[in-house]
Amino acid sequence: MTPSTLQTLPQGIEYVRILPEIVLSAFGIVIMLLDPLVDQRRSSRMLGTIALIGSLAAIAASQYQTQCPPGTAFWDMVRVDAFSIFFHIVVTTVTAVVILTSFEYMDVQQLHAGEYYALVLFGAVGMCLMSSAVELVLIFIALEISSISTYILAGYRRRVAISSESSVKYFLLGSFATAFFLYGVALMFGATGSTSIAKIGETLNAGPVPLLAYVAIALMFVGLGFKVAAAPFHIWTPDVYEGAPAPIVGFMSTAPKAAVFAVLLRVLFEAHAPGRLWLIWVVAALSMTLGNIGALVQDNIKRLLAYSSIAHAGYLLVAFAALPSSGIPAAMFYTAAYAAMNVGCFAVISHFASAGERRVTLEDYAGLGRRSPILAATLTLFLLSLIGIPITGGFFAKFYVFSAALQADLVGLTVIGVLNSAVGAYYYLRVIVMMYMREPREETPVAPIPFGLGAALAISGFATLYLGLLPGRVLEYARSAAALLR
Amino acid sequence: MTPNLHLWLIPVLPLVGAAINGFLGRRFSRQTVAAVALGFCGAAFAMAIAVATQFSSLPVVPHIETLAHWMRAGAFQADFAFYLDQLSFVMLLVVTGVGFLIHIYSVGYMWEEGGFYRFFSYLNLFMFFMLTLVLANNYLLMFIGWEGVGLASYLLIGFWFLKDSAASAGKKAFIVNRIGDFGFLIALFLLIQHFGSLTFAEVFQKIDAMNPETAGAGLLSTIGILLMVGAAGKSAQIPLYVWLPDAMEGPTPVSALIHAATMVTAGVYMVARSHVIFEHAPTALMVVAITGTLTALFAATIGIAQTDIKKVLAYSTVSQLGYMFIACGVGAFSAGIFHLMTHAFFKGLLFLAAGSVIHAIGGEQDMRKMGGLRTKIPWTFWTMTAGTFAIAGFPPLAGFFSKDEILWRAYQTNWIYWAIGVFTAFLTSFYMFRQWFLTFFGEYRGEADHAHGDQTRAGVPAPHGHGGIHESPAIMLVPLVILAVLSVAGGWVGASRFELFLSPVFYSHNSGHLIAPSSEEAAQMRQMESLESTLTMVSVAAAGLGLFLAWLLYYRRPKLPQQIAESLGGFYTAVLSKYYVDELYATLFVKPLVDGSTRILWHTIDQGVIDTTLDDTADSARDVSDTARRMQSGNIRSYAGWVAVGAAAVIAYMIWVGTR
Amino acid sequence: MAPITTLHYLVVAAALFVLGVVGVLTRRNVVVVLMSIELILNAVNLNLVAFSRIWGLQGQIFSIFVITDAAAEAAVGLGILIAFFRNKETVNVDEVDLLKW
Repeated sequence: MTPSTLQTLPQGIEYVRILPEIVLSAFGIVIMLLDPLVDQRRSSRMLGTIALIGSLAAIAASQYQTQCPPGTAFWDMVRVDAFSIFFHIVVTTVTAVVILTSFEYMDVQQLHAGEYYALVLFGAVGMCLMSSAVELVLIFIALEISSISTYILAGYRRRVAISSESSVKYFLLGSFATAFFLYGVALMFGATGSTSIAKIGETLNAGPVPLLAYVAIALMFVGLGFKVAAAPFHIWTPDVYEGAPAPIVGFMSTAPKAAVFAVLLRVLFEAHAPGRLWLIWVVAALSMTLGNIGALVQDNIKRLLAYSSIAHAGYLLVAFAALPSSGIPAAMFYTAAYAAMNVGCFAVISHFASAGERRVTLEDYAGLGRRSPILAATLTLFLLSLIGIPITGGFFAKFYVFSAALQADLVGLTVIGVLNSAVGAYYYLRVIVMMYMREPREETPVAPIPFGLGAALAISGFATLYLGLLPGRVLEYARSAAALLR
Repeated sequence: MTPNLHLWLIPVLPLVGAAINGFLGRRFSRQTVAAVALGFCGAAFAMAIAVATQFSSLPVVPHIETLAHWMRAGAFQADFAFYLDQLSFVMLLVVTGVGFLIHIYSVGYMWEEGGFYRFFSYLNLFMFFMLTLVLANNYLLMFIGWEGVGLASYLLIGFWFLKDSAASAGKKAFIVNRIGDFGFLIALFLLIQHFGSLTFAEVFQKIDAMNPETAGAGLLSTIGILLMVGAAGKSAQIPLYVWLPDAMEGPTPVSALIHAATMVTAGVYMVARSHVIFEHAPTALMVVAITGTLTALFAATIGIAQTDIKKVLAYSTVSQLGYMFIACGVGAFSAGIFHLMTHAFFKGLLFLAAGSVIHAIGGEQDMRKMGGLRTKIPWTFWTMTAGTFAIAGFPPLAGFFSKDEILWRAYQTNWIYWAIGVFTAFLTSFYMFRQWFLTFFGEYRGEADHAHGDQTRAGVPAPHGHGGIHESPAIMLVPLVILAVLSVAGGWVGASRFELFLSPVFYSHNSGHLIAPSSEEAAQMRQMESLESTLTMVSVAAAGLGLFLAWLLYYRRPKLPQQIAESLGGFYTAVLSKYYVDELYATLFVKPLVDGSTRILWHTIDQGVIDTTLDDTADSARDVSDTARRMQSGNIRSYAGWVAVGAAAVIAYMIWVGTR
Repeated sequence: MAPITTLHYLVVAAALFVLGVVGVLTRRNVVVVLMSIELILNAVNLNLVAFSRIWGLQGQIFSIFVITDAAAEAAVGLGILIAFFRNKETVNVDEVDLLKW
């Protein structure tokens, strides 16, 4: 930092480059301020609506960013380009869908809404910031903003023992992993003398790579791998997902993952991290296998989808082992498709779970096809997408990832991945079979689908089908964005 | 100026029908549901006919119509585009024609069933995906149709989902198909990687441009074999055939449409469509031929031991698909497609007729409880007779021409294929006539009051509340008659004319096959012709032998096979009994066949090895899963331990990389 | 007496890091586990300050951020712990075991 940059205050355009974050924070603060002022009984709806408006405004802000010239802001801390806007849109859209899902959930579970919506928005701030940060200090802070929000949200049903337990587990293990990441950042600073990813990239690319940098990459990888639930750092996922409130699981299995994958892409590719290939190879293979095998015998649908999310992190990492030119767009596409289908799944789950999250085992889903055809049909769509059946986004996601891997001659990894997705079909299909081919255990009608949930399902269903039918535009955008990263 | 045929309408019409019935059908009367389903399917058939009338006047074949751009990512692109050449033209007519007839039949067959609208919605959905598959301009669109038909088939097999066996059969079909699909998918990745395209025309052009001697033989063989893995899954070839017999849990019209006439032939179509790849990959061709031969023989032998009328037809379908793959494997793609077409006629007919039999006697499927139905359901009897003679390969019925052509082409490649093929033809004739005699001749062996048959077997057509064995309604008989006519006459077009029609597809790339013979070759040709007629006589004789044996064992001496089967210990007494000659036949043929088929092939290999392997794999996977989840002890300190161990491993690896 | 070099700081930091990790793995009281995590963060701070000797102020500024974050994390962590304690009346990590398999 030269004295001249210190003396120049940020320009207007630089604020535009953190506009989604500003919008989300402002709305979050407004909610926090209003919470004690409004009537308790009406607060849930009102604050939820404000949060929804906030997330929609953030989507609009991200859209607006595409109109502005790409560039850096705040002394090269943040860079907004097609790459980060892509993740901004994924994160903000997921946030909107989660808020829509939560409307009814908060009422049914009788939870206090105030901090909930604020925390969702603050979490989204961290995630947006993560995808545009190009400076390890800022990445760390963004990571913590997002993590701390989700720690609290995981335990939001605080009178329920498993929810607060999931929060404790997530918090202790999460901060343990963050400590590893931080230690890695410190060592990287020591090895290269900078915390800016671009400068680190230059240094590592230019000369002999000090051993310290290898250790730093390893430690950072541990921290980030933990956040995306990649094996062998996946172990917290099933417990935390089982205990956390269903809409929040939908949130934290998609948005922070997308953001952390963005960071991983930047750290691994832009910083020219050395020696990554076999590391990722093994981690990807392990995640896919452990995730799918673990899911086979699960009877709790949230737990089942937790293992599934480990497996999907594995598929996604396959793209990281591929060449940047095809791997980065494939990873970006996968992130978007996975976000759409998984957040949709959890929208259905949070509605069906009912008060106290009573109905979360596979047995409960028996006969859902008859009891609520629309709910069953949308869940089927998302599950088919998770399997990777054509005309859903999940198909092209896997398709691009595996074809990218084959282009990089990763035959072994592709075969492991393809076999794994064959295994995966089994347990997703179990849910579908349950819904359509078993007698319902209870005949009580499922509560009608409220407007918010309907909108959430419509958005995620549309996104899943759009990515499955017309993946071209998104992929082309991802490709142009990825070109900026190298 | 190329005319616009609006090809996209052909698949989309049934989709509209599926959507209307699926979303609104619950409120419709049965008549309305049937009218919607038949209307849109019939419209697709009419479109196909309209295409047929204009086909000869098309200036350019293949005729390609692009509906919309789908995706363009870098150099790779795929469109929603449709590809009409002679091959897809034949498939189009077969699929829409047979499909439409089976739709009509289903109206009668399913009339009493619950979920009427759901059934027709699925059936129309199936037509949409099947037509997409057939008309696709690139592998990706084809793959979408390919997966879609699998999905529709899964829904239809599991249609009577309250029946446990139906639900699990549906699941099995889906999962076995996934295994095949992944072969297909990897083949597609390889095509993208090496040719940068999935459009048929582009890929084939690039392959033709390769030096056939050196370049890429290994690559093309790999792609070919992977495509064959996909085809084996969809078309029920060894070792992925296990789902098809189980799929008979679905309603009979579904078996006719999906598991006999159309979907299961998709694999054959795909191999024929990819003939350019296979022609450059002799190894892959050999794999196709050997798989086909083994499957044909294996399934036919299992067919002998079946007592369920639909299971016989199921194994027969597997066996006949084997014939089609033999044809493709010896490079006679048009013969394979010819057999695909005639098979669609007669096997569709046989399934529908079997459905009519089942319908007539109140849901019974066990042939041992049938018999003597010839006079009671004459229409069904005569149409089924046509189908049986056609599949057995008696001239001048359709099956004769196509099977004969395959066997002749197989002989030219390797006489072993031919020999096994002829033996299979004998077996085919035997088990089909066994079925014919058991069902229609002799005395009725069912319960007297069959109409109130076993109600606990949810899924079979419900009792009709009227006594007596009754002929099916006209709406079911009309399709039977039309298909019977086609089974009789469908082969008269002749294999050579059929081949000539398809020749632009199969020979445009390496011309030379169809050049007019020079004078020196003419003599050789005559010699070949005499050989061909000898071989034809051999295969007809084999069919005749099968008929004779079935007649002997199941008509003249209907008790005999049972005695033989029971008399394992008292075998010598049986030989000493007065039917000495019959016993000899029995000893020579029936006992080894029936016994071998039941014990070794069906029980041991089919159910014992292949089925159990699949089941065991699933079981052991669950065991592993159970063990694996013990890792998840729930204890935070052990979780932190895993993170620390993982971190240590990653750091150690990175240090190793760094110091290397 | 030899001068204290950057390496010395790094060794002390590494030792702190290992102590922290071992603490997380072996201690049963959740509060002590939390303290062990803080120990790792302090190892990070030590590293950053030590590297500042070579690369300039940036590391020290970073360490201030880390201290702030550690404070936030501790606050939230204790809150979560209290909520948990109300449900189960224990702060023993080995009794956090409702969710497993």
